Amino acid sequence: MGASAFTQRAHDALADPNLKTAIDRTTGTAETKRAAAVGAFPEFQAARARGAAIKDHVIANLDHYLVEFERNAQAAGAHVHWARDKAEAAEIVTRICKDADAKLVTRAKSMLGEEIGLPHALDDAGIERVETDLAEHIIQLAHERPSHIIWPAMHRTREDVATLFFKDHHPPPDADDPASMVASARRILREKFMSADVGISGANFLIADTGATCTVTNEGNAELSTTPPRVHIVTAGIEKLVPSTDHAMALLRLLVRSATGGEVTQYTTFHSGPKRPGDADGPEEMHIVLVDNGRSRMVGDEFRQMLRCIRCGACMNHCVVYRQIGGHAYGGTYPGPMGAVLTPVLDGLAQSRDLPHACTMNGRCEEVCPVQIPLKTLLKAWRVRSWDSQQEVGPLRMGLGLWGFAARRPRLYHFGTRLALPVMRLFGKGGWIRRMPFAGGWTDTRDLPKPAARSFMSQHANHGNEGPK
Amino acid sequence: MTKPRVGLFVTCLVDAMRPQIGWATLRLLERAGCNVEVPRAQTCCGQPAGNSGDKRGAEKLARQVIEAFEGYDYLVGPSGSCVGQIRSYPTLFSDQGWRSRAEGLSRKSFEILGFLNDVMGWKPEGVRLDATATYHDSCSGLRELGVQEQPRALLEGVEGLQMRPLDGANVCCGFGGTFCVKYPEISTAIVSEKAANIVDTGADLLLAGDLGCLMNMAGRLHREGAATRCFHTAEVLAGMADGPAIGEEG
Repeated sequence: MGASAFTQRAHDALADPNLKTAIDRTTGTAETKRAAAVGAFPEFQAARARGAAIKDHVIANLDHYLVEFERNAQAAGAHVHWARDKAEAAEIVTRICKDADAKLVTRAKSMLGEEIGLPHALDDAGIERVETDLAEHIIQLAHERPSHIIWPAMHRTREDVATLFFKDHHPPPDADDPASMVASARRILREKFMSADVGISGANFLIADTGATCTVTNEGNAELSTTPPRVHIVTAGIEKLVPSTDHAMALLRLLVRSATGGEVTQYTTFHSGPKRPGDADGPEEMHIVLVDNGRSRMVGDEFRQMLRCIRCGACMNHCVVYRQIGGHAYGGTYPGPMGAVLTPVLDGLAQSRDLPHACTMNGRCEEVCPVQIPLKTLLKAWRVRSWDSQQEVGPLRMGLGLWGFAARRPRLYHFGTRLALPVMRLFGKGGWIRRMPFAGGWTDTRDLPKPAARSFMSQHANHGNEGPK
Repeated sequence: MTKPRVGLFVTCLVDAMRPQIGWATLRLLERAGCNVEVPRAQTCCGQPAGNSGDKRGAEKLARQVIEAFEGYDYLVGPSGSCVGQIRSYPTLFSDQGWRSRAEGLSRKSFEILGFLNDVMGWKPEGVRLDATATYHDSCSGLRELGVQEQPRALLEGVEGLQMRPLDGANVCCGFGGTFCVKYPEISTAIVSEKAANIVDTGADLLLAGDLGCLMNMAGRLHREGAATRCFHTAEVLAGMADGPAIGEEG
C-alpha cells in the first residue's frame, strides 16, 4: 500500500513540533473554557436538544423558510441570488463586484467563502482582496488556507506571526508582543476598511421572518467590512436558516459557549437590507447569495443531520486526531470530525476516503456537539459507502473476508486459533513480540504482548468453568 | 431468587491474547451469584467488519451472536467496545424479525463492570492488592455504555489499592481497532501522549476495561521503557493481579 496524499500530509504535520505546540495552546484553552462555560449553564443538555430540534425543523421545511427569507430580505431592500454550486456562487459574487466597479474588496471571515473558492475567484478577477479577520489576515500574508473553522491561523504560533508581520507590514510592528502586533494589523486594516468598494461577509444565521442576516465576531471586523463600503455581499449556505430571531438566539447561546467558552461574542450584528433614507451609514446595495453546493442533496440522504452544524469547532478541539495533525492534513475546506463528514460531500469520496477512516470512533466529538450531530454514525455511513463502492483496498477486503469466513464457522475458528497462537508465540522474546511479519503497523512503534499458549475457549473446553490449574 | 443465567461473551482478543481476563470475568460473575455458561458458537462480535464499512459482513456475525446468546438472561463480556457493537446490532437489520431479535439481545447485553455494579449490586470483599494504580476510561464503554463511576466504585473496595487520577483519562488512547494499523503514525502520536500522562501519575499499575486499549497502551509503554504494569480491571477485582501483567512472561 503506497502512502495516500492524506497519510503524507499527516506525516508532514506530525514531523512539525511547532504545529503541535500551536494546536495544543489553542485547542487546550478552548477545551478548558468550554468545559467551564457548559458547567455554568445548567440547562445545557436541554439547550442542545432544542438546538437540534430547531435545525431539524428548518431542514424539514427548507423550501418554506427559503422562500419566506427571500421575500422578507427583498422587502428590506436586499437582492437575493441563488447559487447551485461553488462555481456559480463565486461567479455571482465576482459579477456583483465587477458591476460595482470594485477595485478593493474587504472580506470578513467566512468558511463558506473558502468553500466556494472566493479568495481565488476574486484574485483571478484582478480585484484587490483584503482579509480583515486578524487570523485571515495572517493566512493571507502566509498564502495559506485556514486550518480551523474558528481560528483559521491556529497552526501558527505567536512567534511565527511576528516573523510574518515584520516581513510584510510596512511600517513593521513596534515590537513582537501581541498588543503591538495587533496594533500594527489594525493600522494596516483600518485604511482598507475606509476605502473598500465592496464588503463581503458570511452569515451565522439567516432569519426567515425578518429577512436579516446575522454575523458574530470578536474583532468588529465584520461591521467594518459591511458598513462603510458601497456594496455589501453576504454569502451563506442554505442550512443557515432559522425561523426567527428568537431561534437564532437559542443557537447563539450554544454556538459561543461551544466555540470559545464565552457567553456571547463581542459583536453580534443583524444586517437587514441596505442603508435606508435617514440612516447615518450603511451600504447602498445589499446582496445575499444563497448557496446550495450539495446541501439540498443531503436533505434526502443519510447525511441530513450534518445540516444541523453551526460551525462552532468543538468537535475538532476535542478530536485526538485533529489535535495531532491539525487542519491542513485533512485537505478540504473543513477539517476535524465535521470536515471528515462534509468533505466527501463537497469534494467527492474518491478524493477524501481517508477522512472517515482516520478516526478512532471514540465519540468525544458527538459528546460535545452543541446540536447533537451523530458524527460517529455519519462517519460510519461514509465507511459503508466506501466499502460498497469498492474503494477499500484489496488486502483489507481480503483480510476481513478471510476473518469473516472463519469467524462464521466457530469450530474452524477455534481450531485455527489453536494452530495460530503457537506460531505467533515463536516471534516473542520474553512476554513481548518486537517484530513480526505483516504486523509492522503495530510493531514499528509498539511492542505486542505475546499471545497465550492456549486460547480461553480451548482451556474452557478442557476444564469447564473450573478452569486450568 | 433464581440465579440469572449469563452467557459469557469472551471476545476474540481476550480469547487469544489474554485468557486470564476471561477467567476473571467468569469468576466475578459466579461470585456475584450468576450461573455462567460459555457458548461454543462464539467468535467475534463483528466489529472489524462493521467499522470497515462492511455492513453485510457485520450483519452475518451479528446473527451468529444473537442465535448463540438470545436464550440467556444476560450476555456479559469484558469489553465495552464489543458490547457496544452488540448493543448496536438493531441498526444492522432491515428485516423486522431479525431487528426485534437484535433489540432483545441489545437490551440484555452488558459490559462486566457495569453489570456487576448496576445489575448485580456486587461489591468486592476481601480482595487485597498493595499497589498504586491509575485508570483509563476506554471510549466505547464510557460513551456508549456509560461505564465511568462503576469501575471506580468497585476499585475503591479493593484493600490496599491506592488510585491516582490520570490526566485526560477520558481521552482516547489511539487504538481505534483497525485505525491503529491503518494510520500507525497518528495512532502512535496519540498513544505516546497517553503514555506520558500515565507515567506522570507515578502509579505502579494501569487499569482499563478493554483489552484492545490496554494492549495499545501497554505496548507503547513497554517500547518506551516504562515500568508501568497493565491489567484489565476485572483481573484486579477477581484477585488475579498478583501474577504476570500484560506482556510479562508467566
